[in-house]
Amino acid sequence: MTAIGHHDNIGRCDISQLCLLAGKIILQNGGETYRVEDTMVRIAAACGISQSQSFVTPTGIIFAIEGTAHTTRLMRISQRSTNLLKVTLVNDISRQMSRGEVTPEEAYSLLQRIDSGASGYSYPNWLKVVTAAIASGCFLIMFQGAWSDFWPVVASGGIGYLFFVTLHRVVPITFFAELLTAVLIGLLSVLSVHIGFGTDLDKIIISSVMPLVPGLHLTNAVRDLMAGHLVSGLSKGAEAFLTAFAIGAGIAAVLSFY
Amino acid sequence: MDMPAQLVTSFIASAAFGLIFNVPRTALPQCGAVGMLGWLVYMMATELGMDEIPATLIAAFLVSVVSQLFSKLYKMPMIVFSVSGIIPLVPGGIAYDAMRNVVENQYDAAVQLSAKAFMISGAIAIGLVFSEVIGQMIKKSERRRQ
Repeated sequence: MTAIGHHDNIGRCDISQLCLLAGKIILQNGGETYRVEDTMVRIAAACGISQSQSFVTPTGIIFAIEGTAHTTRLMRISQRSTNLLKVTLVNDISRQMSRGEVTPEEAYSLLQRIDSGASGYSYPNWLKVVTAAIASGCFLIMFQGAWSDFWPVVASGGIGYLFFVTLHRVVPITFFAELLTAVLIGLLSVLSVHIGFGTDLDKIIISSVMPLVPGLHLTNAVRDLMAGHLVSGLSKGAEAFLTAFAIGAGIAAVLSFY
Repeated sequence: MDMPAQLVTSFIASAAFGLIFNVPRTALPQCGAVGMLGWLVYMMATELGMDEIPATLIAAFLVSVVSQLFSKLYKMPMIVFSVSGIIPLVPGGIAYDAMRNVVENQYDAAVQLSAKAFMISGAIAIGLVFSEVIGQMIKKSERRRQ
């Protein structure tokens, strides 16, 4: 129990604050539920608190430190995105803390920097749009499409993703951003086939919507369910289903008129 | 079938998905490699006449095993590698066909196709979880030996 003596100057509230901040960053950026719980418990243990409990759902974290001075805190998570670099960095910090290489104060300032620095920890949006366009083109080839359809797919996939990124800033509801993007991609694909730029409408549409596919949510949902996190598994599954439904409905709306 | 083109495009597509998910820059080639491996196994299995569902299961299992190895090797969370690796296996085409049939009022075909899409996503999930369980068992038995 030397750890307690070493960190006597930080109170229990600060420790729970530190754990919650780490958990919040992982949860907001696409980490799995068990990783959130694991990280918070590990950080608490590194601060000398062996008894801690956490309850994590995609929309909020409850973290409690047991003992004589019982503290329980709640953290609401309202916005979620995917940034695996932040998840990796927080994971590194918690590992360094359990090895005793980083003090809780240092960890807290590091975590705050990761939490606030949105641009420094993310690739620029133009690069993401370009890679989404290239990925769409590659998917066309993987789905046995013709090379002549490559550029139409790159165009509709890239424009679609650009539209999604810009729209998501204006419309905070992801469902509508995805729905409108799917409609736009459908329209662009139909247009490109109509003017003779592309040939195979089905393959063009499938490849262009691939950057929007909820692969991460789907895998996280099943892993959470299997690990016994039933509440977060089901709600992440609902999120993945909503995204798939938005894409499907948007494309279906275009197809029903074509 | 044009194998080299398949390998190159699956590598690029998986690495591109890694970039969209903001994985650390040093992990991008590994993401591409994991995706390429999964797609290669899936392609070979279906070429040999295997059904899509078991082919997806095997491919997802391998993706997960390699992701675990990479996460040990590069000291990064496993999710960094596995997420972009399974993207080529996601049954986007079948889900699309299902929806197209719904729009054309052919509900029997739509139900058939969506059941297949559901089975394939289930196969991806089971492949991932299965290898993770084995990994945890190995880890536990190693700990017991120490």
